[in-house]
Amino acid sequence: MSPRLKTLRKVLNPPIIKGFKPYGPEVGKNNTEPVFFLFEEYEALRLCDYDMFTHHQASEFMGVSRPTFTRIYASARQKIAKSMVEGRQITIEGGKVYFDSDWYKCEKCKSNFNNPEREKPITACPLCGSEEVKSIEIENAIDDKCVSETKNICFCPECGFEQNHPQGVPCKMQICPKCNISLHRKTTVIC
Amino acid sequence: MKIAITSTGNSHDSTLDQRFGRCNFFVVYDTESKSTEFIPNPGLNAEEGAGPASVQLVASRNVNKIVSGEFGIKIKPLLDSLKIQMIVLKDSEKKISEIIEMLNH
Repeated sequence: MSPRLKTLRKVLNPPIIKGFKPYGPEVGKNNTEPVFFLFEEYEALRLCDYDMFTHHQASEFMGVSRPTFTRIYASARQKIAKSMVEGRQITIEGGKVYFDSDWYKCEKCKSNFNNPEREKPITACPLCGSEEVKSIEIENAIDDKCVSETKNICFCPECGFEQNHPQGVPCKMQICPKCNISLHRKTTVIC
Repeated sequence: MKIAITSTGNSHDSTLDQRFGRCNFFVVYDTESKSTEFIPNPGLNAEEGAGPASVQLVASRNVNKIVSGEFGIKIKPLLDSLKIQMIVLKDSEKKISEIIEMLNH
């Protein structure tokens, strides 16, 4: 049986460079194989260490689960460390990703369209040629601001009983003392 | 430049099909030669994977833009990676001839 397919990871923009080269007298003496840095790893590093999002927030941006995101991020750091310690070149390529494009709306013909070539800005509607085009940022704006935060509290969906979440034990394994049903993890949406 | 339009029928008086993967016909319009080609959709009654199959069909004609009523979640990343522009027009009354006229702005 073939393994389960990987979910496509959403990457906002491709990196502006194709990779990094080491320099110094020892370069190229023994380790000449480059380190292949995937686009998803670049994105994970950018979200986590450049934009300072938490793994949970970043995983939602990329459309993968939090544990998957952490694995991608761990792999990213491992590769960077490897290239630094062994003096290898980094090549950014590959990965199971898609680039999310910007969406626009035309005021004249009421059509929505996207911009697949992100290098060129949109000036006119591709359908009717009108210049009254607006960028749609509502969808992204909600994604940016509203992030569900997981709290260290398990709660009962029936009676509302709450208790502190024990480390390493799934909430499903906890039983409400009043209703005898399994507890859920408490999450709040912060906007 | 070639533009694909989803159509409910195979004439210029047919209206825009609101679905992409399961539309009746694809109209491939060439802006340079002003020619139109009607392609029946083979994936019309497919149980699943109608969308990606349609993308393949349309991409094989070297289309740059697609006009349709809606694009599914499987299609958007595919078209993004192929650099095909999606134009969403929520007007099921629009005729193919009218859309072609708009494209000739």
